[in-house]
Amino acid sequence: MVQYLPILSLLVWAPILGGLVILCVGDRMRDSVKLFTLLVSLVALLLSILLYLRFDTTTALMQFVEYSEWISTFNINYHLGVDGISVPLIMLTTFTTVLVVIAGWVVIESRLSQYMASFLILEGLMNGVFVSMDAILFYFFWEAMLIPMFLIIGVWGGPRRVYATIKFFLYTFLGSVFMLVALLYLYSKMGSFYILDLYRLPLSLEAQKWIFIAFLLAFAVKVPMWPVHTWLPDAHVEAPTGGSVILAAIMLKMGGYGFIRFSLPITPDASAELANFMIVLSLIAIVYIGFVALVQQDMKKLIAYSSVSHMGFVTLGFFIVFSLISQSGPGTDAVMGLAGGMMQMISHGLISAALFLCVGVMYDRVHSRQIADYGGVANTMPVFASFMMLFAMANAGLPGTSGFVGEFLVILASFHANAWIAVAAASVLILGAAYTLWMYKRVIFGDVANEQVAGLQDISLRETLFLALLAGAVLLLGLWPAPLFELMETTLNHLAEHISQSKII
Amino acid sequence: MMMPITAEMMFVVPELALLVLACLVLLCDVFSTSENKPLTYWLAQVSLVVVIVLVICFNPEERISVFHNHFILDPLSTVLKVTVCAASLVVFLFSYHYFKARGQLQGEYFVIGLFAVLGMLVMISAYSMLSVYLGLELMSLSLYALVAMNRESGTASEAAMKYFVLGALASGLLLYGISILYGISGTLVLPELAGYISSHTGSRIALTFGLVFVVVGIAFKLGAVPFHTWLPDVYEGSPTAVTLFLASAPKVAAFAMAVRLLVDGLQPLHVDWQGMLIILSVLSMAAGNIIAISQTNIKRMLAYSAIAHAGFLILGILPGLDAGAGATYAAALFYVISYVIMSLGAFGFIILSGSADHEADQLTDFKGFAEFNPWFAFIMLVFMFSLAGVPPFLGFWAKWFVIKEVIAIGHIWLAILAVIFSVVGAYYYLRIVKLMYFDQPDTMPAIVAGRQVRLMISFNGLAVLVLGFVPGELIRICTTVLMG
Repeated sequence: MVQYLPILSLLVWAPILGGLVILCVGDRMRDSVKLFTLLVSLVALLLSILLYLRFDTTTALMQFVEYSEWISTFNINYHLGVDGISVPLIMLTTFTTVLVVIAGWVVIESRLSQYMASFLILEGLMNGVFVSMDAILFYFFWEAMLIPMFLIIGVWGGPRRVYATIKFFLYTFLGSVFMLVALLYLYSKMGSFYILDLYRLPLSLEAQKWIFIAFLLAFAVKVPMWPVHTWLPDAHVEAPTGGSVILAAIMLKMGGYGFIRFSLPITPDASAELANFMIVLSLIAIVYIGFVALVQQDMKKLIAYSSVSHMGFVTLGFFIVFSLISQSGPGTDAVMGLAGGMMQMISHGLISAALFLCVGVMYDRVHSRQIADYGGVANTMPVFASFMMLFAMANAGLPGTSGFVGEFLVILASFHANAWIAVAAASVLILGAAYTLWMYKRVIFGDVANEQVAGLQDISLRETLFLALLAGAVLLLGLWPAPLFELMETTLNHLAEHISQSKII
Repeated sequence: MMMPITAEMMFVVPELALLVLACLVLLCDVFSTSENKPLTYWLAQVSLVVVIVLVICFNPEERISVFHNHFILDPLSTVLKVTVCAASLVVFLFSYHYFKARGQLQGEYFVIGLFAVLGMLVMISAYSMLSVYLGLELMSLSLYALVAMNRESGTASEAAMKYFVLGALASGLLLYGISILYGISGTLVLPELAGYISSHTGSRIALTFGLVFVVVGIAFKLGAVPFHTWLPDVYEGSPTAVTLFLASAPKVAAFAMAVRLLVDGLQPLHVDWQGMLIILSVLSMAAGNIIAISQTNIKRMLAYSAIAHAGFLILGILPGLDAGAGATYAAALFYVISYVIMSLGAFGFIILSGSADHEADQLTDFKGFAEFNPWFAFIMLVFMFSLAGVPPFLGFWAKWFVIKEVIAIGHIWLAILAVIFSVVGAYYYLRIVKLMYFDQPDTMPAIVAGRQVRLMISFNGLAVLVLGFVPGELIRICTTVLMG
């Protein structure tokens, strides 16, 4: 029976239907709503684990394929499938959603059912993005996802939430519509929206460049790359903790996923042509935004800028591949860059989620995110301080944590391409350590700063639960990343092979 | 093929039936003593249902033209007529409850409304310039009267006056263009006109001169910039129920007029009118979306949004006729049907949230709406995101389809402009959502509208949502009716 389970459809629609049920129930039964939300998110998590267990790592073909006609007039189909790139991201999505549900358990007071429903619907739509094999289906989920996030920031956010959420929506919407134009252009050439068909479509360099730029506008805003990152600090600062977690852990990964699923394989020649441009942008994000993070007064803002800086590694890893391919072909080095980027996405998803949850834990008690309002938290919250220490170290890229693996691989790959790039990129290890640990020092160490800090209660069982889960994941991936690489290896080899071949007619 | 006139009559049975029924409704209304005129209302609704049934029964397999090619029946006309009648059905439902609650109910509303629908049906089936004009005038005169229904209201009278003067001017311009085309070609019938133009070898200046006036007339009826100035004033000044009517069914008729005249009659001048339409559509999308941002009255905001949507609709007409594949304006057809569904919902929502002593037409009236009416706030959210063109709603597919066609004919820059302006437009739709969901309410807005209005608006919202998930069938209908 398990054999015939449409896992991918369930991953998309079960959370959405669960969310609709909760919307209908409303705020009458708060406890049941919470339990039901947790149950649905756990079911999704189990489904994604099932997906992982049954995933065949020896093939680069799409697996768990589901297919039915959707809009037959234009050959648009409900076509789902996963490969080694999407499975880890799906697992990250389902895992993070469970954490967010637990994190919102007692914190959210107004419109609880709508809050829980928004996150479940969002989870379904995000899974939809990762499993779509039809470009229009992908776009459908990609855009629809903005609506619940818009509401989450706008309804449950901080004082400047309206500005932040409208900025978030319009920025990402503006980026995405160009992708739509590019997809429709590809359709006018190919007559199909099936992503693997688009991989095969030969295109002139000129056309590839335009398509690449259209994709870039969509994905760069999502990642976000310098200079289109300005929506992120605003959105993060104003969003409720759960919203920040989802934004940092998954929504940013959509941009990286877009590059590796669309830009690289559909326009390989343009990507190679513009790789240096992309590398420069990535390095600016890594170095310059690292400095910007150093001077932040607001913890959430600091982590937001740190996200931009760390995501620079993802794009660096993806585009350094082209100079490696031109040097030594699609061999180990090239795959190392891709794998490093992927690894960095997963790891950053976990670490940034953890840091935002840590800030959330403190914010719930003190109602301030300013670093200056804290000091000496370790005296009153020792357990919490140790957890946060781990995550801060992971953010700084300490070996043994997941943060190290991705960054190390990307730096190593860059070194093979050009030592100077590697040197610039490695500065993140110093800068990252500087801004994260300096913040940690000011907030956690020292004498107790004020009465509020003196009266702090250490973390509850619920808070320990989600922090411990994340700590486990960060350490697991840091000490034993092999299963994750195994999951991606075949797909990434295939991808490197594909992008090394020219598509120019 | 010529038929005796009596045999040809059977192809206009729906129109004849509507004429007879409208007169019957008028008679009933005259003799009805009941204060709320339930009989008139129900009879009007039954008339529309009867016409829908008749239209579907007389759905032709292929093009049939009768009365010496002045009147045409084709699958396209069936779809458009059903849309017009169904939209009017919804409009009448809202209007009845709207006017009843305000004690302004007059039976003539329904009679005049039915005559307007008759005009639209004639426009949809018109195959000669004369019958286009006949239908247009019947529709327009009825609409002028509807806007002016409420004699006590100063703004409504002003709106009616503006509408009438500018509408008459536009009709005059259209008629002038028609007379020039007739003078040159010697025929009123559209396919014969197209035949004349394609075989015409000399200078086309005079023909283009006539075309300009025809395009102006069409642009006026669609509300495209720079012929849009009447639209915001009329939308704002009319009673909301009449605005609802203006914003729905007549758009379909105007679309029919545009494709009949431009594609069926003036296709050989495609190069000329394509350029004009591009200018009109870009200006409409730009001006409509940008000016809408600064509005504080929701009716006026939606009026500017209607101008922007007209721009998109015109983009869909651009491809015209393809030598191989036949008519390729399916995107525009899909767009106009989608727009009517969304527009009915958005204006219906204003009726729903208003009451006899409070019109609820200011944006601030919707502050904190979600706090007390989560369900209807959700429905309005659906309409707003749909109008903005965000999936998973119907409006996304409408925009998607138009952009796809525009790219297919190679105007990629136009597609890019169109998507940029839809992002600009998203801002003011988001603002409504923001007011409803993010702001604290000033007063407690309780909904007093009756059950039928609530059910209708819920149904309408769910239709936009469901069609967003499964648009396949509607897209298929829109493409197949244009083949053959």
